[in-house]
Amino acid sequence: MNQALKQAYGDPYLDIEEYDPEADLMVLNLGPQHPSTHGVFRLKLYLDGEVIVKAVPFMGYLHRGVEKLCEKLTYLQLVPIFDKNDYVSPMMNEQSLVMAFENLLEVEVPRRARYLRTILAEMQRVASHLLWLGAFAMDLGGALGGGSTLFMYCFRERELILDLFEEVTGSRFHYNTHTIGGNRHDLPSGWAAGVHRALRTINSRIDEYETFLTTNDIYLGRTRNIGVVDGDLALELGITGPILRAAGVDHDLRRDAPYHAYDEIEVRVPVQTAGDCEARSLVRLAEIRESIRIVTSMVDGVPEGPLTSRKPVKTAISEKIDHGHAYACVESPRGELGIYVIGGGANRGASPYRLKIRPPSLHALSCLPYVLPGHSVSDAVAILGSVDPIMGEVDR
Amino acid sequence: MNPWIRALIYAVVIVTLLMTVTAWSLWFERKFSARMQSRLGPTFYGPAGLLQPVVDGLKLLQKETLIPESADRFLFIVAPPLTVLLALATAAVVPFGADVVAADLNVGVLYILALGSLTIVPVWAAGWASNNKYAILGSMRAVAQGISYEIPLVLAAMVPVVLAGSMSMTDIVNYQIAHGWFAFWPPGPGFLAFLFFLPASLAEANRIPFDIPEAESELIAGVTTEYTGMGFGLLYLAEYLHTLIVSAVATVLFFGGWDGPFRPGLHWMVIKTLVLFGGIFWVRWSLVRFRSDQLMAICWRYLVPLALLLVMSAALWVHFVEGGS
Repeated sequence: MNQALKQAYGDPYLDIEEYDPEADLMVLNLGPQHPSTHGVFRLKLYLDGEVIVKAVPFMGYLHRGVEKLCEKLTYLQLVPIFDKNDYVSPMMNEQSLVMAFENLLEVEVPRRARYLRTILAEMQRVASHLLWLGAFAMDLGGALGGGSTLFMYCFRERELILDLFEEVTGSRFHYNTHTIGGNRHDLPSGWAAGVHRALRTINSRIDEYETFLTTNDIYLGRTRNIGVVDGDLALELGITGPILRAAGVDHDLRRDAPYHAYDEIEVRVPVQTAGDCEARSLVRLAEIRESIRIVTSMVDGVPEGPLTSRKPVKTAISEKIDHGHAYACVESPRGELGIYVIGGGANRGASPYRLKIRPPSLHALSCLPYVLPGHSVSDAVAILGSVDPIMGEVDR
Repeated sequence: MNPWIRALIYAVVIVTLLMTVTAWSLWFERKFSARMQSRLGPTFYGPAGLLQPVVDGLKLLQKETLIPESADRFLFIVAPPLTVLLALATAAVVPFGADVVAADLNVGVLYILALGSLTIVPVWAAGWASNNKYAILGSMRAVAQGISYEIPLVLAAMVPVVLAGSMSMTDIVNYQIAHGWFAFWPPGPGFLAFLFFLPASLAEANRIPFDIPEAESELIAGVTTEYTGMGFGLLYLAEYLHTLIVSAVATVLFFGGWDGPFRPGLHWMVIKTLVLFGGIFWVRWSLVRFRSDQLMAICWRYLVPLALLLVMSAALWVHFVEGGS
């Protein structure tokens, strides 16, 4: 950590006993049981009045041992497990996982499947950002306040997308629709029309919510200049996704390292420079719009052809990879979601030897000890909400 | 009639009415917010869920009252009933009709303001007695907010007092019946004072939409964190009761009380109060919450100086336009 950053932000390694020998500070455990820690996240806050002096994040309350589990289960059994990591955008998890396996096996994915994956991913991004918007409003407004109105609206809109996913995959949340070399489920007839209808509705309502927020002085007062993460800190901590883009760094894997069918379409990446909560929310709102544009431009032109490049396997154990290592990453709604896999593990090569997940939320959360000091408890909740952590993938 | 007996009868009637209205205002709010949020709200008990408040009350009564080991037992038990008591005591001087008033004090406005500022005490006591960090943070905010908003509240309430030349609620209404409602006449200070009075009185008592001390998303439940059963129920009831009474007081001070096109006046008073009450809910379910220090900044930077100007303009109006006394 360089000197300039140390001066601009709070010191995460502040020695509390030295700072406060009289022990006058109040220690507040925000979480793990707290309405707005987005799951089971614990923040230990040292408060001077209501101002945070030092913040220590604790993770691991939702640790399920997924990476260890990966060494036991076979490649094909892992896909539904990964739906549960980032439970707000399961499509991205599946995609990053099967992409890593495909890289390992050097399997081609048919063009139709790549289109399908792109469309599903972008719709998932809309759904995920909608949930974020609702949860963020809830953090600002409280479970009994005005924020919950926006929360309900966002869930109503998200439902439209989940319905469409259900039509394709048969399930609303844990899809298990991706497999090595392609997709399992083809599009039902008339799906494109439903997509257009749903996205048109969402698009018009997003305008409404944006004016609802950006013209609201209370909202601006709660978010402007709050929780500033500048580009240097974000790069230093490995933060990706909307937080990085809100800090003025123009980086998006969809455009910079295209996967799926992103090389065939134009991705306009929204960038803000302020780096505060407001900028992050503006970036996410713009991303919802951009995703809607991408899906509407693609959904009518899905190419014909096979959905998988390989024959269906008979049993879970018959997919064996006993060599090599591979990395694959996708731009999940929260940033770069990477999977690193080494082949040739248990079950005579039907399991990975080692699998590492790079969750974007973990890196995003690591900004909290730097950003929180100097803010009040109310701001801490707003900043945590604007970071959009999903504890399922942080703790894995 | 013996004034004591009269006061007693009025007290029983008014308290019963207020409690009933408050209970059903919970139902109303839940229905209202549900319709705002494309939900259904309570539907199960009674037609359109009308019996929901009864069921809620029964549920709270059945709950065991848990007192934390490290809590201050006496304060912990005493604080919730005290909040309800103070809210109800305010209603004693509110005239609901030409003669429907429990005690027509000649310093009615002063009495209401005094009781209003007292509500800080049980809230602080509840937070302190809980011996919970969230509760203490909540009550700290409550006290800071209560003391700050005291000043614009008093100044805003002074405007109708100056205009009517009396501190008695009944006199204020009678003056409005003769000269027009203060919200509309004289143009300017009256309506602005109303705009200051309603939010300031809600903020002073930390009621919705200024319930920052109870900010669920930050402080879990603020001062009510450790309360269960009826203790929680009473704190919750006091919140709604106070909101309702504030609406009634604002109606009296600024909207002519029981004044209306035809008699009897009681229902005009009720209608105006409920309209204000509904408006408060509407705001509550639409806006996100202020941060505590922002709310304080608004108070000291804008409300206090503007309210001072308002009182001064009202005094000048009385002196010059109405031919001064």
